[in-house]
Amino acid sequence: MPSPTRGEGAVAAALLAETSTPVMSTTLLIVQTLNGLQLGVLLFLIAAGLTLVFGVMDFINLAHGVQYMLGAYLAVMFYGLTGNFLFALILALGATLAFGLLLEFAVFRHLYDRDHLDQVIATFGIILFLNQGVKILWGASPLSLPMPEMLSGSVVLMPGILYPVWRLVIIGSGLGVALLLYLLVSHTRVGMLVRAGATNAAMVSALGVNIRRLFMIVFGFGTMLAGFAGIMIAPILSVEPGMGDTILILAFVVIVIGGIGSIRGAFLAALIIGLVDTLGRSFSVDILRLFMAPSPARTVGPAIASMLIYLLMAVVLYVRPAGLFPAKGR
Amino acid sequence: MAEAALSASEAKTRRSPFAGNALPIAIFLLFAVVPLFAAFRAEAYVLSLVTRVMIFAIAALALDLLIGYGALVSFGHAAFIGLGAYAVGILASHGINDALISLPAALALSGLFALATGIVCLRTKGVYFIMITLAFGQMAYFTASSLAPYGGDDGLTVRMRSTFAGLPVFANDRALYYICLIALLGAYLLCRTLVASRFGRVYRGARENPLRMGTIGFDVYRFQLVAYVIAGMLGGLSGFLLANAAEFVSPAYMSWQRSGELLIMVIFGGIGTLNGAIVGAAAFLLAEEWLSGITKHWKVIFGPLLVFVALFARGGLIGVAERLRRMIRG
Amino acid sequence: MAEAVLRIQNLTKNFGGLRVTDDVTLDVMPGELHAVIGPNGAGKTTLINQISGLLAPDAGTIMFAGEDVTTMPVAGRAQRGLARSFQITSILPRFSVLENVALAVQARRGTSFRFFGHAADEEELNAPALAALAQVGLAERADAPAGELSHGEKRALELAIALAMEPKLLLLDEPMAGTGHDETERLVAVLRSLKGRFPMVLVEHDMTAVFALADRISVLIYGRILASGPPAQVRADPQVVTAYLGEEME
Repeated sequence: MPSPTRGEGAVAAALLAETSTPVMSTTLLIVQTLNGLQLGVLLFLIAAGLTLVFGVMDFINLAHGVQYMLGAYLAVMFYGLTGNFLFALILALGATLAFGLLLEFAVFRHLYDRDHLDQVIATFGIILFLNQGVKILWGASPLSLPMPEMLSGSVVLMPGILYPVWRLVIIGSGLGVALLLYLLVSHTRVGMLVRAGATNAAMVSALGVNIRRLFMIVFGFGTMLAGFAGIMIAPILSVEPGMGDTILILAFVVIVIGGIGSIRGAFLAALIIGLVDTLGRSFSVDILRLFMAPSPARTVGPAIASMLIYLLMAVVLYVRPAGLFPAKGR
Repeated sequence: MAEAALSASEAKTRRSPFAGNALPIAIFLLFAVVPLFAAFRAEAYVLSLVTRVMIFAIAALALDLLIGYGALVSFGHAAFIGLGAYAVGILASHGINDALISLPAALALSGLFALATGIVCLRTKGVYFIMITLAFGQMAYFTASSLAPYGGDDGLTVRMRSTFAGLPVFANDRALYYICLIALLGAYLLCRTLVASRFGRVYRGARENPLRMGTIGFDVYRFQLVAYVIAGMLGGLSGFLLANAAEFVSPAYMSWQRSGELLIMVIFGGIGTLNGAIVGAAAFLLAEEWLSGITKHWKVIFGPLLVFVALFARGGLIGVAERLRRMIRG
Repeated sequence: MAEAVLRIQNLTKNFGGLRVTDDVTLDVMPGELHAVIGPNGAGKTTLINQISGLLAPDAGTIMFAGEDVTTMPVAGRAQRGLARSFQITSILPRFSVLENVALAVQARRGTSFRFFGHAADEEELNAPALAALAQVGLAERADAPAGELSHGEKRALELAIALAMEPKLLLLDEPMAGTGHDETERLVAVLRSLKGRFPMVLVEHDMTAVFALADRISVLIYGRILASGPPAQVRADPQVVTAYLGEEME
């Protein structure tokens, strides 16, 4: 089974490792806030597709995480062939979309009417298959993708704060995609159908809309978003089998807190979780030191930090059992 | 979903205690004689493998009680196994090995966790329930990973197996095997009795139509909570036995992948049949063992197998067997 | 003067901007059959849902057997003897007809936190269940899976389940919905045989049944009670005739 020991810890550690270690805590706070935003934006890219597919087709897609992983692997492969990041990005996006649609056609569309349980089992099987598949094709050791030359440096945001340009690019492109999604969903006809479908898919179908095609569009788009996230994060993290698993769980936490079927909810929840997780990990020990001795704080701190978002989800669900902005009527 | 659900009225028409019980009797007889055949070749290997099967069968039974009879799809069931195992491990590291202490400890720990998390989880339904059980499972996992004095991520070796009132009853592999068999038999009979009892009838009715049950005067939440705690404690029992069999405890016992595997076991066998849980656990673990002997990339085969089961083998192995039997009867 | 079994006062419920229950005041006296009629969309089912506890009112009070149950959950009201049948059949299809009713009996007899013993064989539960089934004419179908019953038989089963609860008040939400002529006659006969044993609130569209059974009728239009009183009085009320009965009686 995919190793549970890496993943979230590694994501956070890698993100932390990149930043220089400033002495002043306000500097650290600003840097970690930006890192939190970056994680949040990444989570949004993945969660958006997930929540739409879930909201419109009532389909639990555990395999969404491997789409993210596949995007990264394909980018590495195309970079190896073309030597150009932009070409690799475009080709990888196309290939991810094609593969996603293939999966939809071959497996997923037969599962839309089924129990959530059947969907969980089938998509779990896809995870196993693809995690092993990339191991066979590309080996088990982590691969890396170099970022574009001119975006690989750091920029001075404020005196004493150096921040990697690429991370700013991620934040920027993520916000850009969010804006694009917002425009698509609220100002186009397809977007309106998607919103209607998320509220009541049976009704939309009864109105004569080609629901098959709508589902395909939703699914394809979601796949591309996940793949895009994988490609953008690849230069920072290592590309390895199983990298999609823990981010998948985080994405599910995002959509559950945000409310299933709601892009607005996913956006908000993703940013909250990105910030809570990143800031929590950096400052948990320091915050706890206000209440307890340094030694227990150092053991309890990281434990609480890793649980923080799950605690958050539990609290949210206790108060609002259907998330913050559920698309389906209460 | 549970097409083969055991309805009490169905069971009522079979007056003889042995009619309709051919399968479980055969299963337990088979388990009972395995050590005799194993003596001829690779005894230690066969014993350890089938012991593992029985241990996970107990956990699978508990999960079937939740999924098959209560429609409570828990994606965090592995946490109970881990908690039971850690109770043994932690006590052992302090020199306490007697089962008279560690077994009740394991049951109490898993039971209390089930109570605390059940109170929150059972306020949600559907996919939210799946997610929140996952969240609590993750919390247990991260807590265990951060227990540095007890091995943290690397796990903890259990230096000696449990004793019973000072006697090294568990030390011998054969003895452990038969203890697990008796535990499995006990768990099975408990679940069967529970399902047919007054309590079980209300619980099963709540799966069919919780609204109706409420308007008859049953507080469904309370019944589900009791079932959840019982299932949790059975998981704890499974963990207690696992810690003894493996002589090792690790956070990996509680990973979400493990919870997913438990779901697969129950579905493989056929949900809502109890027999299916045992059959499914055996089929899953034996298949895993066999396939990994053929190639280290066995998951590439196993993954699509799961997809196949989800798409075509409704009702799991028991369901398939039923259909074959009906076809043969003509 | 006898104490009302059910007393609703100033009950109000809004769905967004729509006022579905508008300051409804109603009572049900012991032994009476109080019918609630009105056009579709008048809010009859919403009213029943608020009485049985499935919906929380925005304002007003509900007193049942002298107790304020306005905020009490569904199961609590049911335990105190508030029974209801559903407009859209709500039974346990995979359980037998007998078990459907036996469960209702089980809720009243002893604790259900019994983990041993075979519930389906308990005579203590099956005997009263069979009696309830006999009252609605379903005794021969006791062992059939409830899902296999005809529509009319399912409506009768709904009634049997409610009867098995030994109700202090029975809420009937369109029991004749979708039943043919013979089935309707049978149900009317059953209800007539139950009259007086316990008070009933009958929501129905079938005017013949209503006028044959009701001691009092309340007319609900757009969430408001337009008129309330004995059948003859309501039938003659000009407001009611224009708003509702005029079309129905045609």
